[in-house]
Amino acid sequence: MWGDDDRLREPYARFHQWFRDEDPARLRAKQREAENLFRLTGITFNVYGRSEAEERLIPFDIIPRIISGHEWQKLARGIEQRVRAINAFIHDIYHKQEIVRAGRIPEEMISRNDAFLPHMIGVEPPGGIYTHIIGIDIVRTGPGEFFVLEDNARTPSGVSYMLENRETMLQMFPELFSRNRVRPVQNYPTDLRRSLAASAPTMADGSPVVAVLTPGIYNSAYFEHAFLADQMGVELVEGHDLKVVDGRVAMRTTRGYKPIDVLYRRVDDDFLDPLNFNPKSQLGVPGIMDVYRAGGITIANAPGTGIADDKAIYSYMPEIVEFYTGERPLLKNVPTWRCSEPEDLAHVLDNLADLVVKEVHGSGGYGMLIGPTASKKDISAFRAKLKARPGNYIAQPTLSLSTVPIFSRQGLAPRHVDLRPFVLASPRGIKITPGGLTRVALKKGSLVVNSSQGGGTKDTWVLED
Amino acid sequence: MRLKIQHVTRYRFETPVSYGLQQLRKTPKTTPQQQIIAWQTRVEHGRKELAFEDYHHNTVELISFSRGTTELSVISEGEMELTDTAGIVGPHRGPAPLWLYRRSTELTRPRPRVRELLRGSEASPDLEGLHRLMRAIRDAVSYETGISHAGWSAEDALEAGRGVCQDHTHIFLACAREMGLPARYVSGYLMLDDSTSQDAMHAWAEAHIENLGWVGFDVSNGISPDVRYVRVATGLDYAEASPVTGMQTGGTGEALAVRIDVAQQ
Amino acid sequence: MLGKTANGLFWMYRYLERAENTARLIETGQRIALTRLDGSEEEWTSVLQSARALDAFREHNEDLTKDAAIDWLLRAKANPSSVLCCIESARQNARMVRTALTGEVWEATNAAYMETTKLLARKVSERDLPHVLRSIRQHTALVRGMTHGTMLRNEIYDFVRLGTFLERADNTARILDVKYYVLLPSASAVGTSLDNVQWETILRSLSARGGFRMEHGAGGGPLEITHFLILDRRMPRSLAFCVRKLRENLRYLDDDTPGMMPSLRQLNHLEGTYLTHDINAIFDYGLHEFIQKILQLLAEISHQIEIDFRFYE
Repeated sequence: MWGDDDRLREPYARFHQWFRDEDPARLRAKQREAENLFRLTGITFNVYGRSEAEERLIPFDIIPRIISGHEWQKLARGIEQRVRAINAFIHDIYHKQEIVRAGRIPEEMISRNDAFLPHMIGVEPPGGIYTHIIGIDIVRTGPGEFFVLEDNARTPSGVSYMLENRETMLQMFPELFSRNRVRPVQNYPTDLRRSLAASAPTMADGSPVVAVLTPGIYNSAYFEHAFLADQMGVELVEGHDLKVVDGRVAMRTTRGYKPIDVLYRRVDDDFLDPLNFNPKSQLGVPGIMDVYRAGGITIANAPGTGIADDKAIYSYMPEIVEFYTGERPLLKNVPTWRCSEPEDLAHVLDNLADLVVKEVHGSGGYGMLIGPTASKKDISAFRAKLKARPGNYIAQPTLSLSTVPIFSRQGLAPRHVDLRPFVLASPRGIKITPGGLTRVALKKGSLVVNSSQGGGTKDTWVLED
Repeated sequence: MRLKIQHVTRYRFETPVSYGLQQLRKTPKTTPQQQIIAWQTRVEHGRKELAFEDYHHNTVELISFSRGTTELSVISEGEMELTDTAGIVGPHRGPAPLWLYRRSTELTRPRPRVRELLRGSEASPDLEGLHRLMRAIRDAVSYETGISHAGWSAEDALEAGRGVCQDHTHIFLACAREMGLPARYVSGYLMLDDSTSQDAMHAWAEAHIENLGWVGFDVSNGISPDVRYVRVATGLDYAEASPVTGMQTGGTGEALAVRIDVAQQ
Repeated sequence: MLGKTANGLFWMYRYLERAENTARLIETGQRIALTRLDGSEEEWTSVLQSARALDAFREHNEDLTKDAAIDWLLRAKANPSSVLCCIESARQNARMVRTALTGEVWEATNAAYMETTKLLARKVSERDLPHVLRSIRQHTALVRGMTHGTMLRNEIYDFVRLGTFLERADNTARILDVKYYVLLPSASAVGTSLDNVQWETILRSLSARGGFRMEHGAGGGPLEITHFLILDRRMPRSLAFCVRKLRENLRYLDDDTPGMMPSLRQLNHLEGTYLTHDINAIFDYGLHEFIQKILQLLAEISHQIEIDFRFYE
């Protein structure tokens, strides 16, 4: 909210005026009201490893994070460029691997990568789109300065929070939205449906049948799966609702089996098809990969897109963007040391206390070391792990993340945030919802924004300049 | 040379199959060495859902069981025209990158016995060296049916000292890849000199040798394939190239009968 | 619509209806217990029996006391028909069919769940019982109201209704099955206080007391009660009423399919054969046998609906 010189940042001006005149007690009551709303709507996530009954709320902070229109425009251009490059990269990796032949990425980065899925070799997905739904994690470090932390090209989650956070703010503080010109996010479900339909296989007729595949009601993101299916007006299916019928993947309706053209799946690759992948999976559809290879269905996102959001590949993103777009990357990458390389490893081991070290395939903020806040004991334990399997890790400097205020007991207090804009890619083009999900580290000084580790969320405003 | 082939697989179940799918890799490849004159696969008590080409260029047909059936028959038959190329298949053509064939798999993992055999075999990553490897494998594992089963790895077969063509091939692949060569499993038909009737498909290996490309090695017979060999499916190991992979619910008490006829026209 | 969704809707509303019925049975039992002087607990045997919970209760409990019976019916995890379990199952099914429900229905169901789990977190004291039961019934009524007021009248609604009325018909038949002997003409030694209490119990446990009085004033005996609960088409918990609703909704679902659905055929048979005669015919057939037959046919129809609409693979 405040810039380096402690002056109020321009996009927050109107909001701050409003806030100054508000009674803190009323705001606290509003904060509680928001929580009740979330609980009633059932916007909860299931905690892994707990009893089924445990459904938790992700803490919601009522102070919006505000981004100016021109700053967003710059960001959006960079995101679009990156998403174009990612889709081109995945296509290349599962075809001729020109980027490897050109020597821009070492062959081992692909050949030794668990995320490379041989079943995707030679597949031409409809419209050439592999990752239809992407979430790009971004941090702001200063005016107009953004870094990409991570590309989520498999099954990014959180978009329901983006939508519900806005819904909640609209209900609680309608006056704020008449004072500020906030760009709407509510079109996301419609855009998603259009984008998926546009990616249908050629055999689909006029209005393609779209469905959302969920692992089921015990999955931590079930609420989101149901929410999106509901908002798009499509069926929410589980593996046991589907089977291969007449060469298509079809869902069991009360009137018989009906073929699906586009499946927005929220089931991981490994569980997607017990015939081709993990034979123990109860969540998938036997033979769906065969139908896919035969061109009978669009799977969104395509299997095997993990090759693009692997943290080791991440370090090559500037090369990837340049190689496929012929342009200089608009968004910065965080400098990354690949511990698989001896020189990098030596540097990382010497500077553990200043670095963030992450597992190459990790997610959710687990299995990482944050040097500056870790104890000596943690660091030496991590050193041992790192030496044992260096190829499993990358390291990055800690960035001086910008903060935004949250509404704490003592009033406004600065906390670190990141931003996950949601991007839709289809043969018709790329669409980015203005804003995205702002995740906030609620603990003072913390850099971890993951909901599984004490993070919360905020509404994110992009202003119409 | 022209070969006439018929391959019949019949399943019987004591209890009905409520649902089942099978991937068939039974259609021979079309290459400079072999041409399909005619080929077709018929299914009884089941239906063909679709066909596609997998990432090893294999033609795959997906078939489903008729609901509640207690039997299923798959009949593949046709004629092939073959040209002798002394076991040389030629340059690699995709779609899979060549490096993929350096990957070891569960069935071809180089464990101690594999490594030991490789050390003692005087093998090297060239044509002569691989023929030496082939001989060493034959010496270590005698051909005997009815001992090994489909789940055996290269190491398992070496430990037992006995096995069939599948085991020989797995050991060869493990050693070739250990030497850094791309190598692959081939499942196919072989015309026998003494009999037209057989009860299983044959298997051999191919390694990618510099300047030659892919070359075949039939370990069980100690030779490189000639005009009697029909290449059907390739893969990193048996699991990827086997004629049938499937899943089913219901259908216990499975009995399988396979009959293959390969005869010169 | 997905077969799974039809299944989820059907059971969601069966469970909601069952929760409400169980709550009503507890209310009735409690009222009888309070208005009787002999302090006998045998009334709870038939309450548990009506809720199909007696056998399981005996497996888990040594003695049949009022407190134990109420707790079993309200909160027991081991009793799938306890109010708590029913509400949990209803909400679980609602989660599964979330996309078929309006936001209002979902929120009302979720609120019912949150309130019920809060109220039933601990054993309910006698003093709190009336409030707790009322609250549960209000919440389930709210779900029903939201369903009525916000849901499209399409096939989703038909499955909602099928679940509701199958459960309701089953409940009415079960209550009659447990108490049929007090309605037999031979047992009706006119006007004894025992019979009055028993008749009253039956009417109360079906929320039928008011309606019956409206029709018959202070009069009316077993014949009238039986007629009212089985054949009166204006009484929303009578067998005839429920079966007619089932027929209507099955017919909507059957509209665009060639030939008649087996479930609809079975239902037409039930209605035509058993619910079109007058009450004397039922007594001639044997009240007990009649109820048994109805229960059996309802179970068959429920099963046939699962098949006809592909609830499962």
